[in-house]
Amino acid sequence: MGFPVELKYTSEHEWIRIEGDIAYIGVTDYAQEALGDVVFLEIPEVGSEIEKGETFGVVESVKAVSDLYAPLSGEVTKANEVLVDTPELINEHPYDDGWMIAIKMSDTEELKELMNADDYETYIEENG
Amino acid sequence: MAENNDPSILSITEPTIFERGSKGRDGVALPSTGIEQVDVNTLLPVDMIRDEIDGLPEVSEVETVRHYTRLSQLNYGVDNGFYPLGSCTMKYNPKVNEDVARYPGFSGAHPYQPVESVQGNLSLMYELESLLGEITALPHVTLQPAAGAHGEMVGMMMIRAYHEDHGNPRTKVLIPDTAHGTNPASSALCGYKVVPIASNDKGILDAAEVERVMDEEVAALMLTNPNTLGLFEENILEIAKVVHDKGGLIYCDGANMNALMGIAKPGDMGVDVLHLNLHKTFSTPHGGGGPGAGPVCVTETLAPYLPAPVIVKSGDKYSFNDDRPKSIGRVKAFYGNFGILVRAYAYIRTMSAEGLKRVSETALINANYIKERLKEYYDLPYDLPCMHECVFSDKKLTPYGIKTLDVAKRLIDYGFHPPTIYFPLVVNGAIMIEPTETESRQTIDWFCDAMINIAKEAEREPELLKEAPTKAACRRLDEVKAAREPKLRWQP
Repeated sequence: MGFPVELKYTSEHEWIRIEGDIAYIGVTDYAQEALGDVVFLEIPEVGSEIEKGETFGVVESVKAVSDLYAPLSGEVTKANEVLVDTPELINEHPYDDGWMIAIKMSDTEELKELMNADDYETYIEENG
Repeated sequence: MAENNDPSILSITEPTIFERGSKGRDGVALPSTGIEQVDVNTLLPVDMIRDEIDGLPEVSEVETVRHYTRLSQLNYGVDNGFYPLGSCTMKYNPKVNEDVARYPGFSGAHPYQPVESVQGNLSLMYELESLLGEITALPHVTLQPAAGAHGEMVGMMMIRAYHEDHGNPRTKVLIPDTAHGTNPASSALCGYKVVPIASNDKGILDAAEVERVMDEEVAALMLTNPNTLGLFEENILEIAKVVHDKGGLIYCDGANMNALMGIAKPGDMGVDVLHLNLHKTFSTPHGGGGPGAGPVCVTETLAPYLPAPVIVKSGDKYSFNDDRPKSIGRVKAFYGNFGILVRAYAYIRTMSAEGLKRVSETALINANYIKERLKEYYDLPYDLPCMHECVFSDKKLTPYGIKTLDVAKRLIDYGFHPPTIYFPLVVNGAIMIEPTETESRQTIDWFCDAMINIAKEAEREPELLKEAPTKAACRRLDEVKAAREPKLRWQP
């Protein structure tokens, strides 16, 4: 199970990749493993606003339906619509093809609350 | 498909009825109607006429009988064997309930009959309300809701009506992470924002945690007691005070009432609204999608909001009263699933108060017995005395590459229905076992022996679990493919 060092992480098992003022968001390898095979994904439309800590989507596996919690606030600039028809990409490539949305961050201060790869790995060892 | 169409009695697969029969075959010869046939295309717009299915099944009567009889033989129900489905209370339903429900006065009654001619039926409903009110200490009851989730929604609608009546419908409902999945859905349907609350390290709610999120925008706290970990919410009195002090109400999901009958009453715990699942606790059928019944019991304060009409008794006469200005209105056609109400009434009366108490006591002992027998072999995340069900996880088996799903599938080979799996969500790889009171010590031991064997197999021969089931009509189904590419009807 891998946790790329260039990404940031949350306790809700999401990863964040920062490119300027844009943040790409997906779920971690740990999350996809725990979820099992993903069969359905609901993500917000481009142009909608998401707020840190609030649910922004739903991921459904054969085991359970889980909410996705926004790691940051901002406006959705891209949504990975490919996942709607091929949700298995979330299991197969959680950190690249399995990205879910990109947002334009509205408050970069929020970045300070995210974990780095080491912190996240420790977190799941203790809480997983 | 040749193999699949094998009509021999020894074949354990059964094709769909569309794959049976042959063109032009039918079951009955109807006499001529004497009415001239008209081409349907001349009567209906083209886009209203379905043409993708090439006709209906063309089968004889005996083929039809055999088809459905064989399907029923492939089915596994509580009349076949042990069915320890956690949170579902798959108890055995005494056949006397069925007998009573078929009395002509009950089964032949029509909802449009004049009330004077169905006084016995109204008296049964009136008495059932009063029995459920006594069991829950929530004396005002509606029998209309057709299922547990329907009851939840009706309860939340009443809570909303109460707050609106007091000037502010409020905006939020607090729901613990050990809730049933329907709880947030019911709250959201009633226009509330759901605020999740984490349970503590003992798997129950802390009053301090509730107090932290409680404010005057919270319409209600919705909890299940005992909760879905099978644990009693022992801080309930304190929690109810916190919620009531800010003007909120307590909704209790009564799905787990099988653990409490005759021992504790939700009304005494500060609960304002509670629904019961008659098909769980009160021994009415679960199968085939119901019909269910989800009566809602409330306090005096909430009584004005009950669905209309309500049954009233005046002297020795019963009638329906629709003059209920604050009522949320009718929530079901006619008066609920009456046949189910008859079964629940028969159950309560045959059991008696003392019998119902023993039901709950036995359900608790059975679950604790299983918990103690299996905890050496399966991880028990909350090692505390449980109520009517216990929750294990697959943590001890994951080193062998075995997951909860594999254990569940292997149980089928041992002749048992698998327990509830992957629920509640607070436990990773949950295995939720509810034996109910209706199982003997022997049956429970057979089940425990099977579970223990499976745990040993996981270590020594994990492939036995990964390949399971091997002794069922179907091998392991591709659930992922079924979910990603659902085929919702048969196509030639």
